[in-house]
Amino acid sequence: MAKVTYIEHNGKEHSIDVPVGSTIMEGAIKNRVPGIDADCGGACACATCHVYVDAAWLPKLTKAGSMEESMLDFAEGVTPESRLSCQIAVTPELDGIVVRLPEAQH
Amino acid sequence: MALDRIVIVGAGQAATQAATSLRAGGFIGKLTIIGEESALPYQRPPLSKAYLSGTMSMERVTLKSAQSWIEDNVEVIVSTTVSAINRDAKFVITQDGRMFGYDTLILATGARVRKIACPGADLTGLHYLRTVKDVDGLRTAMKAGHRLVVIGGGYIGLEVAAVARKAGLEVTILEASDRVLARVAPPAVSAFFEDLHRDAGVTLVTGAKVTAIIGNGHVTGVALGDGSVVAADVVLVGIGIIPNAELARDAGILAPDGIETDKDARTSDPNVFAIGDCASRPLVHYGDRRARLESVHNALEQGKLAAAAILGLHRPTEETPWFWSDQYDVKLQIAGISTGATLTVIRGDPATKRFAAFHLDANNRLLGVDAINAPPEFIVAKQVIARHGVLAPETLADMSISMKEIGAKAIAESLNT
Repeated sequence: MAKVTYIEHNGKEHSIDVPVGSTIMEGAIKNRVPGIDADCGGACACATCHVYVDAAWLPKLTKAGSMEESMLDFAEGVTPESRLSCQIAVTPELDGIVVRLPEAQH
Repeated sequence: MALDRIVIVGAGQAATQAATSLRAGGFIGKLTIIGEESALPYQRPPLSKAYLSGTMSMERVTLKSAQSWIEDNVEVIVSTTVSAINRDAKFVITQDGRMFGYDTLILATGARVRKIACPGADLTGLHYLRTVKDVDGLRTAMKAGHRLVVIGGGYIGLEVAAVARKAGLEVTILEASDRVLARVAPPAVSAFFEDLHRDAGVTLVTGAKVTAIIGNGHVTGVALGDGSVVAADVVLVGIGIIPNAELARDAGILAPDGIETDKDARTSDPNVFAIGDCASRPLVHYGDRRARLESVHNALEQGKLAAAAILGLHRPTEETPWFWSDQYDVKLQIAGISTGATLTVIRGDPATKRFAAFHLDANNRLLGVDAINAPPEFIVAKQVIARHGVLAPETLADMSISMKEIGAKAIAESLNT
């Protein structure tokens, strides 16, 4: 397990223990964290699981692949901290990671 | 009118979305989901992809944990078949004789596989793919070095072929028409996937007429109309699905093919809704033409539409229909519905494994796109189609103009008309 803190756009925090091997997206969906739709279920096909990763944690992530990068390019409100949460696999090193959710997922 | 009890028949992705949206929308009454399968609601798309290959566990395929269902106060009843609807007294009855009263009923009964009708269809070693149970059986049968024959060159067949090749099986695909994906893709896209599979070592036979499954108890081959037999240790049949509309039809609800709904997912009975694969809906971006869409997008959207209509909330905006498929290192993303297109423009070079086929009508209105490893083309097309935008064929084919630029122009023009 790794503890993931999701911060909704309105500031509400959810601290969730997410199993290693699943994704940041799955941790949110399975625990009813609002703000991540993940329509395609994690296939990197829909760009509805956009999150902002706290800058301190960005270097600990594997780099976004080309599919993810080009999907993100079209998401609303993209910043250098933007990632698709279905593409972030949870590892023990990510224990404590903080992600913020965008105002709108579409 | 009282709204204390909502029953959802079927426990797939549409049912899950409807239940989630009903609770999010403020429904506090009794909410019951009744499903035939023994598992809690799960996603079907990974079944022919990451779940079959073993890279995604059942826990990850499951949509919501048992705990989440409890927290949402939704009763999920599994392994239970609803056998009839009594619309006058407003209850459904299950095969084991239980009755569930409703104020509003949502039918999310899904679809079932089309069975092959030929001699030998009852042999062991012949598989279909619809449920997690089907895939557990197929995966056990898929041993490296064995010969898999896939009947049907649609998405299910092609995705299974890709997983099987990676797992070291010898794979033959038998397709009845003259190309794979004939029902859903243009010739250029079919040709791309045919090459992709042949390059991966798959034997592909088009124009194949299956006359019998051969075997003595267990399959040993598939006989074709030309007299030849393709040897097989395991056979997968993927020849389409049939909507589960009988429950509605038997209750007198209009369901000539799928269960007919209006834009709010309401059936001919105002107290009954139908969502997902079982429903036939008007397509607002295509002149309200009626269609059954077999996709996650449709399941989610109709689940949301039904919930909003039931609760009297503002109706969600309909998206452009969309769909995806994963085969080997290729991601196909489809936006829109290309039926009725008069021109197909290819953007990019199929040889690079990154291109898109844009389908336009006679007025250059964009109807659909098939994007291969090409997310910008997919996303822009999705946006343009929802705004009923037009695109100039020569601009589309020009790779020096970015999709962002093409999309912005089309959307700006659509706002002016």
